Amino acid sequence: MTKILEVKSVFKYFGGVKANEDISLNIEQGSIVGLIGPNGSGKTTLFNSIVGTHPIDKGSILFEGQELSTKLVHEIAKMGLLRTFQQTKIYGQMSCMMNMKISKKVEDNFSRMFDQIPKELDDQAEQILAFVGLYEKRNLRAGELSFGQQKLLELAMALMNEPKMLMLDEPTAGINPTLINGIIDRLIKINDKYKITLFVIEHNMRVVMNLAQRIFCMAHGRLLAEGSPNEIKNDKRVIDAYLGAH
Amino acid sequence: MMSFDKKETSALTFLVLLGLLAPTLFPSYRIQFSELWLFMVYASTWNIQGGKMGYNTFGNIMFFGLGMYICASTQIAYSFPLAEWTEAGGVKTFVHTVEQYFIGLPLGLVLAAIIPTIVAAFLGYFILGLRGHYFAICTLGIGIASGELATSMTIWGGGQGMTVPIWPKVDGQDVEFLGGSVNFFYTLSFILFLCTYFFLRWLFSTRFGLILTAIRDNEDKAEAMGVPTMRYKVSGWMVSAFFMGIAGAIFGNINGYIEPTEVAFAGATVGIYMVLMAILGGKGTLWGPILGAFIFQLFKEFFWTYFLGWQRVALGLLIVLIVVFFPEGIMGWLRREKPEWFGEIVDKKARLAQVTIKTND
Repeated sequence: MTKILEVKSVFKYFGGVKANEDISLNIEQGSIVGLIGPNGSGKTTLFNSIVGTHPIDKGSILFEGQELSTKLVHEIAKMGLLRTFQQTKIYGQMSCMMNMKISKKVEDNFSRMFDQIPKELDDQAEQILAFVGLYEKRNLRAGELSFGQQKLLELAMALMNEPKMLMLDEPTAGINPTLINGIIDRLIKINDKYKITLFVIEHNMRVVMNLAQRIFCMAHGRLLAEGSPNEIKNDKRVIDAYLGAH
Repeated sequence: MMSFDKKETSALTFLVLLGLLAPTLFPSYRIQFSELWLFMVYASTWNIQGGKMGYNTFGNIMFFGLGMYICASTQIAYSFPLAEWTEAGGVKTFVHTVEQYFIGLPLGLVLAAIIPTIVAAFLGYFILGLRGHYFAICTLGIGIASGELATSMTIWGGGQGMTVPIWPKVDGQDVEFLGGSVNFFYTLSFILFLCTYFFLRWLFSTRFGLILTAIRDNEDKAEAMGVPTMRYKVSGWMVSAFFMGIAGAIFGNINGYIEPTEVAFAGATVGIYMVLMAILGGKGTLWGPILGAFIFQLFKEFFWTYFLGWQRVALGLLIVLIVVFFPEGIMGWLRREKPEWFGEIVDKKARLAQVTIKTND
């Protein structure tokens, strides 16, 4: 298997706070990988480091062999590495369909910046919205959706962009429990059908154990353990970290 | 791609008829009408940043002043040494021939469009990284600073300002080209308004317009989805600068006299009016600033004419009324009351629909 993402001893300090210390991990193309850890363990910081939200202090991050740490956020996204947010970020004043249509990947050079939005995108946007269960809401303003629905919309927007790898920050947080099985199913289908590699931060253990083939656990800014769901479940260090013994 | 619906067509027809008939119907109000068309340009171009993009700028007045000075200097310098002109302060008289005037003016207008656009591009790259209040304060500073800078420019007459070439005469009679000075600049103002309107109408219908809205709604998200937001923000500011530069050039000629802080870089008056007009009409919409400018000009002329001395009080009152009753402007209020006018489908059923995902399909 080829590695799609390689994180090599990444350090990120915020003043005296060691948010990420010597993090190294590899993600294989086409896999579903989970990232768990107690609150404040540095998971979201790692996501931010990877997608270029802030510069890293030390280390190297490679996506398909290309260095990311010197690139800008939008350049990294254009390479096919997308992320969703823990606190949903959507375009609240626009309809869901519009949110979808401007999420389509376009080379934003001078000749394409002033294009009309092609009509053909409607079909694709509707299909993807139906895929995440939002078809009936497609004409509502995105800001009117509930938090959970906005999470689904973010997922749909990411799919519209046709990424190679998708990093999801707590995709099931704030979502009605009856919907969670549906989401797990959709994430597996995304991975299987569209061959999108998934890297998922998740607090819901049932979700992450059912979804991920491999799991990394962080605590206090460091990588604590890695392994299959079963190994992680039985790892004493992981259990201690969650119960506060670490 | 560009379909005019009925309401828009009637509004535009009204404005075009008004534009064509106003000089004949209200000949003594031609300058006020010229100002009206220019007001619509100020508000509509401010709206690109303040409304569409969510970047409240107080700096667009800089492009206005810059355009005004550049056009006037070009008009003069095409025929006479600029320094002598401003130094003379009216003691020595320079008279443009018809040919000098009508070559200098178009040249001035072109430069007044191009140079502010280039300035916007450079400046934009430095300051459009600032967000929210920081951007607003920074542009406020730039607006004031450019006024101060102009005050120290002796070639432009410094704090005393400078005069603009007067309409050329032949045998002591004003040249009758396009109906003379007042009608000529009225026509230019009206044409500029129409160009701005059609350009922005097209611009807002493209991906560009939608990305501006996306930047307003959530710039971080747009970045994270791969949009180089800086490129869009800077281009948007360049569009504003282009039209504001020309507007300044025209206004300088209507006014006949340029002064740094009260006429050209008039942040305290025009700089505030453009914001007020856009907010009154409804920022973020194509027609809001136009409607706002229309109401504002009526209001302003009424108070300035009949209640002179009370106009500042009235203006303050207007601001309070806007903030209390129309925080989203008239268009925003209409959009809430009559969403179907704006093509928004308000489907109760869709709003209440439960989201379900079947796991077996």
